[in-house]
Amino acid sequence: MSTVTTVVIPARSPIRRLWYAAPVLAVLLVLPWVAEQYQTILLAYGLVMAIAAIGFNLLLGYTGLLSFGHSAYFGVGAYAVALMVKYLGVVSMELHLLGAIAASVLVTAIFGIACVRYTRIFFSILTMALSQVLWSLAFKFFWVTGGTDGLRVPTPTLLGVVTGKGDKTAFLVHQYYYYVLGVFLVCVAIMWVIVNSPFGRALQAIRDNETRAQFVGIPIWRYRWVAFMLSGVFTGVAGALWVPLNGLTTPDILHWTFSGKIVFMAVLGGFRTFVGPIVGAVVYNYLESYAVGYTVYWQLFLGVILVVLVLSLPTGIVGTAERLMARRRGPR
Amino acid sequence: MDIALIHVFNALLYASVLFLIAGGLSLIYGVMRIVNLAHGNLYAFGAYVSAWIIGYLSTSVAVGEAGSGAPTWVLLALLPAGALAAAAAGALLEPTLLRPFYKRAEEYQLLVTFGLLMIIDDVIRFLWGPYPLSASVVFENFGSVTVGDTLYPTYNFLVIGVGALAAVFLWAFIYRTRFGVVLRATSQDMRMSAALGVNVNRVYVQAFTLGCFMAGLGGAIIVPSQSAVLGMGVDALILSFIVVVIGGLGSLEGALLGALIVGVVREAGITWFPEVELAVLYLMAAAVLLVRPAGLFGRA
Repeated sequence: MSTVTTVVIPARSPIRRLWYAAPVLAVLLVLPWVAEQYQTILLAYGLVMAIAAIGFNLLLGYTGLLSFGHSAYFGVGAYAVALMVKYLGVVSMELHLLGAIAASVLVTAIFGIACVRYTRIFFSILTMALSQVLWSLAFKFFWVTGGTDGLRVPTPTLLGVVTGKGDKTAFLVHQYYYYVLGVFLVCVAIMWVIVNSPFGRALQAIRDNETRAQFVGIPIWRYRWVAFMLSGVFTGVAGALWVPLNGLTTPDILHWTFSGKIVFMAVLGGFRTFVGPIVGAVVYNYLESYAVGYTVYWQLFLGVILVVLVLSLPTGIVGTAERLMARRRGPR
Repeated sequence: MDIALIHVFNALLYASVLFLIAGGLSLIYGVMRIVNLAHGNLYAFGAYVSAWIIGYLSTSVAVGEAGSGAPTWVLLALLPAGALAAAAAGALLEPTLLRPFYKRAEEYQLLVTFGLLMIIDDVIRFLWGPYPLSASVVFENFGSVTVGDTLYPTYNFLVIGVGALAAVFLWAFIYRTRFGVVLRATSQDMRMSAALGVNVNRVYVQAFTLGCFMAGLGGAIIVPSQSAVLGMGVDALILSFIVVVIGGLGSLEGALLGALIVGVVREAGITWFPEVELAVLYLMAAAVLLVRPAGLFGRA
């Protein structure tokens, strides 16, 4: 395993990093007031997927486990919200998020026990098989889940006061967009703390050399299990946020090809970096939306991009950008 | 009793097709250590090519007698065209797209085959459009036989026969020919066989082509009884994953046993527990992975 190129994620001080983030944040904040409504909604989708992608990347980028089953946790979050609306009549977004977190903790805890004992291809296939169990249940138990028709979800109440009564688009573009942005920032902050904590360092040690990590005294399975749960919970939160945007949840988001999209996002942005999956998710979302609008052969377009990307730019957008910047600064 | 017999035939029917697809997937993994996510789409590609040729010839006026089309034996002889097309696609894809990835991490191999899956999906849509393509004329011309008091299509026996023959031929090919020896040697230790003078690149192309041929054959023989539809590849891929996980990735005996198990469980599931049929299959795969991660026949 020593031949694998392991890029140490540079630990510059978070304060300096914030300087880079400030202008981006400013753009994100003013966007609903200057851009078209469609653009804002697209970006909201992108931010939601970014939460899923950073969750996914805790496993791929930091723990070295490629999950092909993250659709399961995204779907669990989404269906938890839809079922809460259907059976309990809950409309509060905060309760939805709590419900999604509880549901995804439960599911990832069980799946995790099974999955973390394996690495490499077996881990990928096992996560995929388990996610397909949920997909087939959502698909077949139509009297609960609505089958392929899915479940409709009305606009929720935010913070107990803001409701989407009236113009739904305006609600999504303003109130809901800022809500997503807020949750997104909180998620990014939490993930930043996780990956820079001793726990996060231990995960990277496991990724780079499992045997050595074990010798140092890291309980590998338990750490992987916790990482698995954290990763799934972030993705579950993303699923819960996604439902009101989409207005509907269908079994498609549980299918393993949806997991493939999440993997695509992380690789597109660069899974060896912290911000890579965020950039990848937003860019992927734009690519897919425009490709779908432009041609029925959008899969072909995205497939070619993926193949070319993996062939020529395996470090993704952010990884390549960092390399170019480092080259410009010259050797230090 | 007759119903039981019908169930057995149906289970064997599923098992035959699944063995062809999953056997190819397993062969490719066994030799090259690549899990080809686009494998199901090569099966779909084979099905489409065969359905297209048969659909063209069975309705074409070029044959002369209006309304009759080519005789059944001609159609049957042309059925394997789908398998050859899939094999050709495989022979083209391996050196161009997969070869650069053998020395890189497994994640990249999965990703590039995932990209390939998306591409082949749309190539099929581009070539044959979004509508199902049927080759049912072959299926109908074969008629049916009576099993007890029920009618059972004769064509299904042909599919079962082809599956069984494929298993026998493959076994003979791998264990009784010189090429099989080279293949097994490369599978066990790629570096050592390269050092002993085996042209590993050539073996890889051959193994990949053979695997794709099997997938294409699976598609070609099933397409007369079911139409070729978009999305059939992804469904087949997942089922053959279950097969290889149960049997053991890289083992052909395992693929055979796995296909039989999955065939029986599917038939039982469709009859007795249709709601959870798929879930039971996935859970079986997960359970086998937990107890024996390398599968029933796999090498760790």
